[in-house]
Amino acid sequence: MSDPVTGLKGAHFTGDISVTDAGLIGMISIRGDFNAPAFRNAVAAVTGHAVPETRAISGDATGGLAWMSPDELLYFCSYAEAPSKADALSDQLTGTHHMVAVISDARAVFRLSGAGVRDVLAKGAPVDLDPARMGAGEIRRTRLGQVAVAFWFAERDVVELVCFRSVAGFVMDWFEVTAHAGSEVGFHG
Amino acid sequence: MLKLTCPNCGVTGEETEFHPGGEAHLKRFGPGSSDDEFRDYLFQRVNPRGVHFERWRHQYGCGKWFHAARCTQTLEVFGTYTAQTSEIPQNIIDAIKSRRPDWEPEA
Ligand SMILES: [Zn+2]
Repeated sequence: MSDPVTGLKGAHFTGDISVTDAGLIGMISIRGDFNAPAFRNAVAAVTGHAVPETRAISGDATGGLAWMSPDELLYFCSYAEAPSKADALSDQLTGTHHMVAVISDARAVFRLSGAGVRDVLAKGAPVDLDPARMGAGEIRRTRLGQVAVAFWFAERDVVELVCFRSVAGFVMDWFEVTAHAGSEVGFHG
Repeated sequence: MLKLTCPNCGVTGEETEFHPGGEAHLKRFGPGSSDDEFRDYLFQRVNPRGVHFERWRHQYGCGKWFHAARCTQTLEVFGTYTAQTSEIPQNIIDAIKSRRPDWEPEA
């Protein structure tokens, strides 16, 4: 049995902001009919979170539930407990149209922190990052450069970002360029 | 710049967050159709200058398809609506008519 490693293998970079591999995180993709009581009840019972409203995230990458699309949720838990949580979801959802898949090893999670985090993201994501338009509790799926990502504010000036594992190295390289020391923009303050 | 609002997730994004899916509301001609019908279904597109109906996919966002009504000349977007319809909703027709009084939906 090989030891699990993240796509970023603990990479860390500090420039205008700090960019860090968030480490091994359990992630489960859950699909189903959000309007079905059986689905809502099973999700709440196993995850401890109600099905979030459109584009909302409850909690964060250390434990949370995010709205990914009208029929898809992403659940974050500890890496070790993801398989048993997925089994519990499958059990509870038996007989209900659904899909449950552990994707912990198929994604990479970054933790970005620093006062310039909005400016750095704005260099590559076509998103209005004004604090009044993009704040805590919202998950935004978009692109960063030319790869798909999703990010949310875990705290003021702290962003968690998830991408496909296959592009984790590219995303790290992208941050090393766009957040290199001395490239601050100062737009979002 | 072309900005679209995805009716599935509510995000208003610019064009690069989406993927175009071509002309909307095509009627499929498959087995049993004539060669001419099948040819037109595959290749003939209206390609208008002005009001146009298209399919778009929120490729980097929620991943879902939707319909958009827009002007190909000005990039003005009259509205976006669900992909789960073969008919243009009345509120979209009204929105177009308020901006293009001479426009009439095709029968
Ligand atoms: Zn969308």
